[in-house]
This record gives sequence, structure tokens and C-alpha cells, in this order.
Amino acid sequence: MPTNLLINGGHIIDSSQGIDKVADLLITKGKIAWTGDKGKAPSQPDLTTIDATGLIVCPGFIDLHCHLREPGFEDKETIATGTKAAARGGFTTVCCMPNTNPPLDTQTSIDYVKKMAEAEGMVQVLPIGCITKGRQGKELTEMSELAKVGVIGFSDDGEPVASSRIMSLAMDYSQALGLPIIDHCEDKELSNGGFMNDGWVSARLGLKGIPKAAEEIIVARDLALAQLTGAKLHIAHVSTEGSVELIRRAKEKGISVTAEVTPHHLTLTEEHVMGSQLPYYTNAKVNPPLRTKEDITALIKGLKDGTIDAIATDHAPHTLVDKMCEFGLAAFGISGLETALACLINLMHDHQLDMKTLISKLTFEPARIIGTKYGELGTLKPGCRADVVLFNPNKEWTVDNRDFASKGKNTPFDSCHFKGRIIMTIVAGKVVYRDNSV
Amino acid sequence: MKTIESGSGIATPDTFPPPSTAVWQHSHILDLDDFTREEIELVLETADAMTEVLTREVKKVPTLRGKTVVTLFYEASTRTRASFELAAKNLSADTVSLDASKSSVTKGESLIDSLRTIQALGADIIVMRHPQSGAPYTAVQHVNCSIINAGDGWHAHPSQALLDIYTIRRHLGKLDNLKVAIVGDIMHSRVARSNIWGMTTMGARIILCAPRTLLPRGLESFLAKCQLSNVSIETDIEPALKNADVVMLLRLQMERQQSGLLPSLREYIQLYQLTTERLSLAKRNVLVMHPGPINEGIEISPEVAHGTQSVIEEQVANGVAIRMALLYLIAGGKNK
Repeated sequence: MPTNLLINGGHIIDSSQGIDKVADLLITKGKIAWTGDKGKAPSQPDLTTIDATGLIVCPGFIDLHCHLREPGFEDKETIATGTKAAARGGFTTVCCMPNTNPPLDTQTSIDYVKKMAEAEGMVQVLPIGCITKGRQGKELTEMSELAKVGVIGFSDDGEPVASSRIMSLAMDYSQALGLPIIDHCEDKELSNGGFMNDGWVSARLGLKGIPKAAEEIIVARDLALAQLTGAKLHIAHVSTEGSVELIRRAKEKGISVTAEVTPHHLTLTEEHVMGSQLPYYTNAKVNPPLRTKEDITALIKGLKDGTIDAIATDHAPHTLVDKMCEFGLAAFGISGLETALACLINLMHDHQLDMKTLISKLTFEPARIIGTKYGELGTLKPGCRADVVLFNPNKEWTVDNRDFASKGKNTPFDSCHFKGRIIMTIVAGKVVYRDNSV
Repeated sequence: MKTIESGSGIATPDTFPPPSTAVWQHSHILDLDDFTREEIELVLETADAMTEVLTREVKKVPTLRGKTVVTLFYEASTRTRASFELAAKNLSADTVSLDASKSSVTKGESLIDSLRTIQALGADIIVMRHPQSGAPYTAVQHVNCSIINAGDGWHAHPSQALLDIYTIRRHLGKLDNLKVAIVGDIMHSRVARSNIWGMTTMGARIILCAPRTLLPRGLESFLAKCQLSNVSIETDIEPALKNADVVMLLRLQMERQQSGLLPSLREYIQLYQLTTERLSLAKRNVLVMHPGPINEGIEISPEVAHGTQSVIEEQVANGVAIRMALLYLIAGGKNK
């Protein structure tokens, strides 16, 4: 039973209402009841007061892109552990990708995820359905039925639809449903089994490279198809300067496209594969691969000017065995939920991104992409579900992956010293995570 | 005969002293990118002493008696494997040869588990070849015994580069300011990558020559980032060969044409085969080298492969001495 909470004296930032000031926030019956000047909150019975002095108080973060691995890969992650990791990272809503086993391509599998999330999830889980049956790129799923059972979009993440014709049909179909097609943009024929960015590090280490063009070709194709069909298109994990330019031009032309970028693509480069001690650092193996400084600059610029709408983690947990092997055989992916805020705040401390933009990209903007199917998200408006996060942007800590709630300890940020830490995560008025060190 | 000096007096190969730790710092040999000129020179000097051993009636010294050397090969190999095993036997080490395609690997055992098992069996040195670039770097994180990289994917083949350097030095005295043309499939070549490090450290200039499709796209920026200003790239063979002191051909695997990297073998032969006529562009005393196995009539004409300038067979012979030197230095380094 959620109690009534009064969060006192925090710096409230809510992009949906343009709030950016020190104020109090009252939560009753799991909903936002009131925000206003310090000490002015209407009196409530059974009130628990939380002192948020020096903390940022904002809507809970929304992750448009994560992998909870259940059903099928419970050794990597479960809905229970993945949502616990989300809570620790300040996320109150996560959208889970359908590359499970079986994939989320039927009503049954989506119902399963929803039921597990209801029973064991610590935060809200919104499923993404497959575009094609079995993620084979051949036949569309029963998209209308999947929409009815609650998917927030469609994606064959990791196995992008290669056929332009099938993709155009998927967009036609989803256009009528009003849901976005979310694409992992990769021309697999061009990336051809590559392991990392095609650049100086791949040449030096003798690793097969994935050219930036492999992403940009499919971004360009998808934008053309979105223009053709009028469908909503969401580009997942943009990683190159060229993709940012393509999306920027498409937005100028009025094409209905949104885009996300991950914390790791905003902060790490291909050179991280060289490792701090030994090269072939498998925790830096991720798809799309870590790129270059120039790409990071373009991605940050894209975030600032609105070309890139949201920040999403692409949380991809793997077992130790999946990563503790030869670089070429190691799984792609970074366990990202629990370090997302810290590496993003680092960009703020480096004066590359301001706090309001950062919070907007984690709350208001992803909520806009999801729509109101699950109520109004990413806001502190009275009457809305009380999904709130409190964080201290200046608190210093060192990442220790053994502390992760996620089963995936695969992080290139292990041992990194960061400034910026989640203090409390509240879902529907209930405290689901509290930093023990406070 | 060359010998190694140690503290007082001269040592014979039968009673090698431990290598000078002031120069030798390696407990593994993964690539030549972390070798200093002094370290490479120590390997070459040690190989000279080993070459002397190989000229004896009884080609055996007791230096590594009681040491176990395991060769673990995940890829087919004839010369490298035989060369390492002979080197270990010449030094009186016990050798175990594991063919990964026939071992528990086929039952799903991981590289790390295989290495741990071999270590538990008492191996002192593991000589490994693996199709994945970087596999030996994974290996050293999980075992304590010494790892010698006998070729990893497209990445490195340090013992081959050392025997190449040794062969050149025996003929031309030193590598300083020599022009070395490496011609062929640079993209997939661990030999080329290790020679880039080793030969430039020894003062040579390198010209990498291949069609654009067989050069990694990031090659120029790699050379620039790593300040390898003595390495340049050439897509035409004629300027690459002009006044060259050494021409090294690389094997062209037939599947490169099948995967579309080359229009045809015919065109490759026309543009890149080392023929007698083309070789005349190089210096008169040019050395023709090849890490083998050779595709005669593809990257090299039979006349050149078996001609007066070819030192290809000598490379193979020198390989044993170089690998004896590496085993000795690695084992000695561990003793300290």
C-alpha cells in the first residue's frame, strides 16, 4: 500500500510543465497531488516526509530500449532482476525489446511478459512487439492484435528487416495503428559479421570492421520509407555523424521520425576496445559499435538541437561466459541501466549538456514517443501516476559491477569514478529503490 | 659462432645463463608492438647461438630439461607447429601437441577451460594458434604459464616476424634504412601486422602493397595514430618494388576471390605477381621472402620462388633457431 509522501526542498525539474525551481512535491494514493512552494503543501494524514535538499527531483526516467531477456535467456537477466536494475538507475518505465526466446511476436508471449512484469517487476514494463514472425524478416506479425495487447511499437531489434518491401508493408500497417516502427539500422550484408567500428583500431588489432555506412544506409532507407508511408519511425541507438545528419534533414522535411542515443555512444569511442591494460576488451563490444570522437560531438549536437529526441540505454545484459572469451566470439552488448545517469551527468559536468536537456531526454521526450496509451508518462502533473526520481548530481561514487542488481555485469564503466548518483526511485507512489549509503 | 655474454666469461649454449633481465621483460610473447630494439636484438643474438647448435652432429642441448611445452593449435598449420615442436625438443623440453580440432574443444570446451586444463597438467609454456584475433590476450588473463602467440587471426605472428628479421639481418647485416616491400593480402595478414612493428623498430622502411580491397580501411589512420611514419601504402606493385632491399610476398587465399574481394585471380596475377621482370626493379641483391605456404604461379612466379634471390627455405630453417631462442628466453625469464 503506497503511503503519502512529501518530498521537501528538492530542485524540481519537469520539462512537461516547464518547472525548474526549488519546491515541494506531494504524493498521495500513488499519484502526484501537488507541487508548490516550500512548506505550503496541503496537510495530509499518514504523511512520510523526505528531505530532498540538494537533490534534483524529476519524473522517473523512461528507457525506450532495454533487453530484459525473459522469456528464454533467464541466465542473462529476468524481468525481476532487470527491473530492479532499472529502479537502481532511476528508471520507472522500461520498454523491453522482443528478441527473447520465443520472440515477442504473438499475443501469448506478450501476455507472458506483462504477467511476469506485474508479478515481479519493480518498475513499469512496456513491451515492444516484433515486426516479423520469429524476427525472420519475411512475414509481418499480427500487428493489430499485438497493438491491442499493449505493445508500444514494433521492432526486430538486432535482426533488422532486410527487405525494403517488407519494411514498407510494416510501416503501412503500423501507420494505421499509430505506433512507431523502431529500427536497429544495420545493413548486415555490409557489416558482414564485423566486430567493431571499421577504423584505425580494427586495422591495428586485425578485427573485422563495421563501417558507419552499414548504419547510415538503413537509416536513409527507413527515412525514405517513412516518407512514402507516413508511418512513425523511431531510429534506435544512433551512433554516427552521418545518421544524425540524415535524421536532421528528414525532420526538416517533416518526416515523422524520432531517434534515440545511448549513454555509451555519447561517452565512449572505438579506442575503448584497446582496453586499459590489454586490448580486445570484450565489455566494449557492442552493436552498433563504439565510434569516434567526431561522432560523439555530432551526437551531442543532435541531442541539443532536437534531432535526437531521447536517451535510451540499450541495456544488454550478458553472462560472464558470454563475455569472458575471444573478442570475436563475445556477445555484443553493455549492461547499462545502472550507470546511465552517472555517465550522462558527466557530460553535464564537462559542460557538454545542460541538466534540463538531459532530464527532458530521459523523461518528457521518450514519453512523447510512447504516447498516452499507458496514461501520461514523464510528468509531475497533479493526477498523474507518481513516478519520481531523486538524484544527487554531485555525489561521487565508483562503479563496482558486483553491486549491480542486473545479472549482466558486462560494463565498460567498471571502476569508473563518477559524480552523480540516484538517491531514490518512486514508482506509483511506492519507494522501489533507496540509496543505502545515504 | 656467436655466444651470449654473461657477467664473467663466455657461456656456451649448453650452459645458457638466464637472460639478462635488464633487457628481457617478457613473460609472454603476444606481438612485437611491445618489443624494444634491444629486446629484438637479444632474440637475434640468442638465435645465432641456437643456429650454431643446429649445425652440430647432435642437435640437442639440455637447456629446457624438465620444462613442458604444449602446442595448442586451433587452426591447421604445418611449418609453424613443427618448427616450435622441433625447437622445444632441441632444447630437451617435454612437448605435448594438442590439435584443438580433435580435442575436447569439439565437445564444447572453451578456450579458457582448455588452457586451465593444460596448465593443471603442468605446462610451463603454451604455444597457441587461434583463428580469432586477440585470443592470446584472452589467454594470458586466465593462466599463469607463459603464452607464445603462434598466430592469432589477422592480428599477429611474432615468431614469424622475428625469423623474417633474422633472415634479413643474416644476409644484409642490419635493417636500418632498408626498403622492405610487403606485397599481397595485407588485410588478413598477421605476418604483415607483426612485421610492421618488428621491422620498423629495427629501422626499416616498409611499403605495404595490395589492391585497395585487401587493405584494411583504417590502415592509414592506424599508421598515423601509432606514428608509424616509416610505413607507406602503395596500390601499384612497380613503385613498391623500385630499389627494394627485400620483397616479401603474402599468400593469397583462394577464398578471397570467391568472397568478391578480387575480380579474378587472372587480374591479380597480372597486377601483383612477383615475376623476374618485376623483380629487376628492386636492388640487385634483393631478398625474396614468403612466410609460406606458397601459391606458386599466383603471388609469385616459380622462377622467382626458386630463383637466386629467394631465401624462402632459409626462412623455414631460421624459424627453428628463432623459436629455440624464444622458448629459452621465456623459460629463463620465468626462472628469475
